[in-house]
Amino acid sequence: MSKRSVIPYGPQHPVLPEPIHLDLVIEDEKIVEAIPSIGFIHRGLESLTDKRDFNQMAYVAERICGICSFGHGYGYCETVEHIMNVEVPDRAKFLRTIWFELSRLHSHLLWAGLMADAFGFENLFYQCWRVREKVLDAIELTTGGRVIFSVNKVGGVLKDITPEMQKMILETLDFVEAETKVLKKTFMNDYSVQSRMKGVGVLTKEQAKALGCAGPFARASGIATDMRMRGYAAYGELDMEPIISNDGDCYGRCEVRIGEIFQSIDLIRQAIAKIPDGELAAVVKGNPNGEYFTRIEQPRGEADYYVRGNGTPNLDRMRVRTPTFANLAGLCETLKGADYADIGILVVTIDPCISCTER
Amino acid sequence: MNATEGKNEIIRISPAELPIRAMEMKEKGLRLSQACAAWVKKEERLELSYSFVDDTTYDIFNLRIELSDKAAEGETVKEGCGRDAEVASISGIYPYAAFYENEMRELFGANIKVIDPDYHNKLYRIKEETPFVPKKEGEAK
Amino acid sequence: MGVMTFAGTALKNLFSKPVTTSYPAEPAEYKERTRGHIEIEIDQCISCGMCTRACPCGTLSIDKIKGTWTINRFDCIACGFCVEKCPKKCLTMVAGYQEPGGEKGEVTYTKSPEVLAEEARKREEMAKKAAEAKKAMEAKKAAEAAAAAAGEKKDN
Repeated sequence: MSKRSVIPYGPQHPVLPEPIHLDLVIEDEKIVEAIPSIGFIHRGLESLTDKRDFNQMAYVAERICGICSFGHGYGYCETVEHIMNVEVPDRAKFLRTIWFELSRLHSHLLWAGLMADAFGFENLFYQCWRVREKVLDAIELTTGGRVIFSVNKVGGVLKDITPEMQKMILETLDFVEAETKVLKKTFMNDYSVQSRMKGVGVLTKEQAKALGCAGPFARASGIATDMRMRGYAAYGELDMEPIISNDGDCYGRCEVRIGEIFQSIDLIRQAIAKIPDGELAAVVKGNPNGEYFTRIEQPRGEADYYVRGNGTPNLDRMRVRTPTFANLAGLCETLKGADYADIGILVVTIDPCISCTER
Repeated sequence: MNATEGKNEIIRISPAELPIRAMEMKEKGLRLSQACAAWVKKEERLELSYSFVDDTTYDIFNLRIELSDKAAEGETVKEGCGRDAEVASISGIYPYAAFYENEMRELFGANIKVIDPDYHNKLYRIKEETPFVPKKEGEAK
Repeated sequence: MGVMTFAGTALKNLFSKPVTTSYPAEPAEYKERTRGHIEIEIDQCISCGMCTRACPCGTLSIDKIKGTWTINRFDCIACGFCVEKCPKKCLTMVAGYQEPGGEKGEVTYTKSPEVLAEEARKREEMAKKAAEAKKAMEAKKAAEAAAAAAGEKKDN
């Protein structure tokens, strides 16, 4: 047996997108064990409920994460709406779905770029982000923000998507679809890309289940779970099937996420075709009193929201369990047995967001 | 598309029941989706919630442990349900529960025993003194 | 398995214009709804304080007497909640982001002298009315007390 050594990895490391610390036990070039630790950017956003009222918390929740911001705002609002028995107008539900899918599009394209960067394909990274820029433009056109939308409020949405804007979104989708098809060829078929991703960090279905993985990470291991199938917002009226892959390796995760880009494009088209006329928001009276658990599908995976109100404007508790929190255990499992040089790719394949994990 | 909203239940249990209920959930093939603590100000009660989810039916079952030193009128505090009642860790049953349990113990002061791996109240590297819930009566500040 | 899958994109890249703009040499394009920063039509403001209570980060403050509205632009998260809450709709979100600076500073907007004078006059009027009402109330109370006292005497 060769000598084992422990290498501290992160939180500041060129390949890491966010501050996570890993203690890696390595034997030659192979990782034997990885012990994660987080906690460098705990901001205490959840305890802000003491100082901010429940309407303001919608804006705080949105700022948990810079990429899946819409989802956090939406998840929080839906939970509070459920507690207060607010019936959200249908148009608002469709608008939320469209924005949610736009945010998924930009998140997945961002991830594709980061992944390309992780396996050393800088040019592909530029191309992914060039395409993503158009999605951001569409988001800015409709909401006024590029990544922080700020269109959700308890009871509905603040802004409308006018027919001209819908047309612009559809044009953007055509562009994104055409460009992503070209990029997909490189991701899925290229010899050198495949050599970096195939068979790297395999997580079997059983392992993924035992470790409680969520989202695209679990779907890549063959677990067909997608919270959108619950039919929240307008998803109940749209056609969709979870996209899964049975490979369980980095290639499978890439396949799932790229598949989801096309799925999102399809969902937005369906939603725009079906969007009804109507009000944007319901009137909300009183303060939340009660508790509820909601789960929604974020671009990065399943996210849990728990809100407990006590009849005053200040909530007793707002809890967000972000997808990365659930996927940390899975990440450490994939690291076992991997090459030291593959850590960068493996950390990126769970699409980590440590900032939202710590809130 | 058939939307499956799924059940959303809260099951109240005592701290001693937790490991056995968690085992039942595991046998049913449910996944631990999250665990969190909440401090209910008015009743001065600490609540631990363990959410178990089914990935095919989208059901969610929340095991709820209520820990309080204040009993309802005309009742006494049940044994083993006080503020610092010991709660056994379920990290032996669900290995990834350790992160949630470390968080609950650090930020809310739940007395969870034998977590593996144990981060010794330093999962979050923050300067502030934890836990954040109000101190017990009679305890030095 | 393919080789040279990226060659087409790379070649196209060589012969096309850059997709980026050289900001700040070229101006940035803003959309109509862009949430850049908040502007106020200060003379429309009624100093009700809805915006200060709505702001999630406590960046706004008002002074009723001096007729000022103060914002710390470095604390503002441009969420637009104050714009949504303003009853007079004198707050607007406009394009153009806050420029970086050496230190955090507050910007104070003061109402024009005419508006201030008008408000001061109204306040005085209100105070006068309130004082009159108070006087009237006191007089009424005194009369009632006197009447009650007289009644008591009679009973005895």
